[in-house]
Amino acid sequence: MATQEETYNLIITGVGGQGNVLSSQLIGQALVGKGYFVTIGETYGASQRGGSVMSHIRISSKKQLSPLIPRGKADIVIGLEPVEALRVLTVYGNSQTVVLSNTRPIYPVDVTSGDEKYPDPEEIQRALKDLSRKVHYIPATEKAMEMGSSILGNMIMMGALLELNLLPLNLAEFRETLSRTFKEARLETNLRALEEGKRTVRS
Amino acid sequence: MSVITLNEPGKELLMMGNEAIARGALEAGVKVGAAYPGTPSTDIIENLAGVASQMGLYVEWSINEKVALEVASSASFSGLRAICAMKQNGMNVASDYLLTLNLVGVKTGLVLVACDDPQGHSSNNEQDSRLFAKMADLPLLEPSTFQESKEMTKWAFQLSEEIGNVVILRGVTRTSHARGNVVLGQLPKTEVKARFDRSKQWLTQPLVPKHQQLHRTLDRLEEIYAASPFNQYLGPESPKVLIITSGTGWLYSQEAVEILGLEGSVGILKVGTTWPLPTQWIVENLKRTDQVLFIEEVDPFLEGNVKEIAADHARKIGPKEFYGKKSGHVPPMGEMTPDRVVDALARIFKISYHPRTPEYETRAQEVAKTMLPSRALGFCAGCPHRASFWSIKNALQMDNREGFATYDIGCYALGRGPAGYYQLRVGGAMGTGTGLASGFGRLSDLGFDQPVIAMCGDSTFFHSAMPALVNAHYNKSNLVMVILDNSATAMTGFQPHPGVGKNAMGETVSPVEIEEVCRAFGAKVEVTDPFDIPDTRDKLLRALEDPEGAKVLIMRRRCQMLKGKDEKPPYRVWVDPQKCIGEGCGCDRVCTRVFKCPGLIWDPKEGKSKVDEVICIGCGVCTDICPEGAIIKEETK
Repeated sequence: MATQEETYNLIITGVGGQGNVLSSQLIGQALVGKGYFVTIGETYGASQRGGSVMSHIRISSKKQLSPLIPRGKADIVIGLEPVEALRVLTVYGNSQTVVLSNTRPIYPVDVTSGDEKYPDPEEIQRALKDLSRKVHYIPATEKAMEMGSSILGNMIMMGALLELNLLPLNLAEFRETLSRTFKEARLETNLRALEEGKRTVRS
Repeated sequence: MSVITLNEPGKELLMMGNEAIARGALEAGVKVGAAYPGTPSTDIIENLAGVASQMGLYVEWSINEKVALEVASSASFSGLRAICAMKQNGMNVASDYLLTLNLVGVKTGLVLVACDDPQGHSSNNEQDSRLFAKMADLPLLEPSTFQESKEMTKWAFQLSEEIGNVVILRGVTRTSHARGNVVLGQLPKTEVKARFDRSKQWLTQPLVPKHQQLHRTLDRLEEIYAASPFNQYLGPESPKVLIITSGTGWLYSQEAVEILGLEGSVGILKVGTTWPLPTQWIVENLKRTDQVLFIEEVDPFLEGNVKEIAADHARKIGPKEFYGKKSGHVPPMGEMTPDRVVDALARIFKISYHPRTPEYETRAQEVAKTMLPSRALGFCAGCPHRASFWSIKNALQMDNREGFATYDIGCYALGRGPAGYYQLRVGGAMGTGTGLASGFGRLSDLGFDQPVIAMCGDSTFFHSAMPALVNAHYNKSNLVMVILDNSATAMTGFQPHPGVGKNAMGETVSPVEIEEVCRAFGAKVEVTDPFDIPDTRDKLLRALEDPEGAKVLIMRRRCQMLKGKDEKPPYRVWVDPQKCIGEGCGCDRVCTRVFKCPGLIWDPKEGKSKVDEVICIGCGVCTDICPEGAIIKEETK
C-alpha cells in the first residue's frame, strides 16, 4: 500500500515533446477524482522547443499547495530523460527522494555539436544514487520503440510509478482516468504501455 | 467534451487557471471573447472558442490585441458580456484604446484579462501589467488560486456593470498556466439580443469631467472592495511581521511560513483587489505590527502603494519597517517562488535555513557544476525555420557586405541563438524587425551600405508588420523582408490567422494572400520553399543585390508539428557509416556542429555522425548539407 503521508511532491521531467504535461495532468485528474488537492506547475511554451521541461505535481489531503515545490522537497522524481532527472535532483532532491529514470538519453545540440559533454551512463547512475534514496531504471524508450512509438515511453514510466505504490493511486483508478481521456485505439495502446511499465519494476 | 461546459454544479475538477477563467466567464453568461494568442494567456480564448457553438458564443482570434479589445468592447456596447485576454506585451498594444475606453465607459460587463509572464519563461520581456490599471484608473483583481480565478472572473463582470467600466483581471504564469482544484458553479441560461442603442453617444468628451468621474468611481471601488471576500488576513492577532501579498504570493507565503515554523509570528494579508487599494482595510491591518514584508510579482506595486497609504496615515499607525524589493529582501526581478519568501523571512528573523544536509548540498552543487550539459532551445526536428536560417546565413556570407537580420516574436526568434546560427542582431517586439529594417534601409544618405533582412512570421505579419512594410515602401527604404510562413501561430499552439483560411469559430474564410498584400503595398515579392535550399539562397541573394525599395521573400512551408499530425514522414534517413569520414572530413562536422538538427547526433565511439531515430522525423533536408553525401534518404511508402 501507499505510504500514509499527507503530502506528496512529484516532479516529472524530461525534454519538450516527451509528454510530461499529459502524464502530470492524468495523474492530477485521477487524484482530484479521489478527493485530493492537486496543484501542478508546468514549464512549457518556449521550453517546448528542445529545452528541459518539468512539471511539479503537488498532492495534499488537506489543502491547495503552491504550484512550485520548494528546493530540496521533492519526494519522487520521474526522469523521462536521465540527465534531466539529475538536473532536477540538484535543486529539488533530498536524501529520501525516490527516482524513476528512463535510461535513454536525448542528446542536447550543445553536446552533439561537441561544445559540451554528456556524462557517461555509469557517471549518471552514480550521481543519481548519491542524490536519492532509491533509483529505479526503466528502459522506457526502448520498450516503447518495441511497441511501435517512442512517445509511449511516458506511459511506461507511469506504469512503473503506479506499480511501486509511491502515490495514493492504484492502477485501476488511473486506467479509469485514461479511459475517460483517450479514444479506443489510443486507449488500448496506452493501457498496454502501462502494463509494460509495471513489468519493468516487478521483481 | 470540454470540462468548461460541464453543467454539474458542485463537481470538483482539476483545471488550468486559464480554464477556470474561461469557466468563470461562462458562469457569468459571457457571450463574446476575443484575443490575439500569447503565452500565458492563450488558453482562455482557445477554450471558449472550442465551446462557442455549443454555448452560443462568438469568439475570435483578432489580428492584434488592440483590435481584440475593440471587438470585445463592441459586444459590451451592444449589451453583451465580453472577455478579452492578452499577454503582457499585448497590454502595450491594447493600451492605446484602453486609455480611451476608460473615459468612455462600457455598457455590459467587459473583463480584460492580462497575463504576465514573470521570468519571461515564454516571453521576450518581463513586465508588470498592473501598472496599466493604475494609469487607466481602472479596477484590478488578482486571483491567488484556481478557484479564485473562476470566482473573480465571474464577479469581475458584475463589478464592471456596477461601475460601468472595464475591469482588469491579472493572471501570471503560475496562476494561469498551472492546474489545481476547482469546484464548478451554475451555468446560466441567458437569452440576449445584441443591439446598439443609437440614441446614446459613447465619447471621452467632456474630457476633464469624464476623468473626474473616473476618480469618483475609484472612491466607490474602495468601498465595494472593503467587503470583498477576496481580501483576507491569516495569522495571529498581532504578528511580528505582516506579509502583504497578492497573486501567487498567497500560497508561497503560507508555505514559507510553514517551512520555517513561523505560524505564531507571521501574519499574511492577501489582497485580491489590488487597485485601487481598499485604504481603510489596509490601514487597519497595518496597525497589527510595525514590520511589513511585501511578496508580489514583478514590480513593487503593492509595496509602493501601501507605503503611500502608510505615509498618509503615519500619525495613526506609527512608523513601520518595510521589507521587500526596495530593501533588497526580495529580488526586484524574476518570478516569485516559495524559496524567495523563505529567504526573505529567514533574513528578517535571522534564521539559518538549510533544506538539505551540508553533505548532500555539496554533492548536488558538484553535480550541477560539472555534470549537467546545457540544453539550448532550438527548432524542432524537421522545422522549416532551420532550413530558412541556413539559407540566410549562407546568402549573407556570399553577399559579403556585412549584412544582418532584424527580428520579431515567434518560434523563429530562437534563431537569435545557435538554432538560427546567431543570425538575428536586433529586434524583439511584434513587427519590430520590419520597422527597424525600414529605418536601416533608409540610412543610405548617411553612409549606410549594409544589406538588411527583416525576419517576420506569418501571424506577426498581420499583427503589426504590415504598417512597417507600407512605411518602408512609402519612404523608399531598401530592405529585404523575409516572411517565414509556416501557416500557423506556432509558438502559442498553432492558432489559425487570416492567411490560413479558417478562423477561431472553425469557419472557412477566403485566406488573405500575404504575397498579394505585399504587392499591393508596393513590394517586389518572391515565394520559395525553404526546404529547396539552392532556390531559397538564390532568391535571397537576388533580393539582397536589388538596391531599390522593399523586397519580400516568403519562405513557405507548414510547421512540422502540424504536418506530423496528419502526414507520415516523407523519408527514412540514416547515415552511411562507410561514407561519413567524421572528424577526418574537411566539413568540420557540418551536420552536428553547424547545422544542429537535434535528429543528428554524434557517436563519439565510432567517430561518426548518426541519426537518432527517436527524434528524426524524416524531412530529408540534412541530406543536402553533407559534402560527402553520407546522409541517405529513402522515400517511405
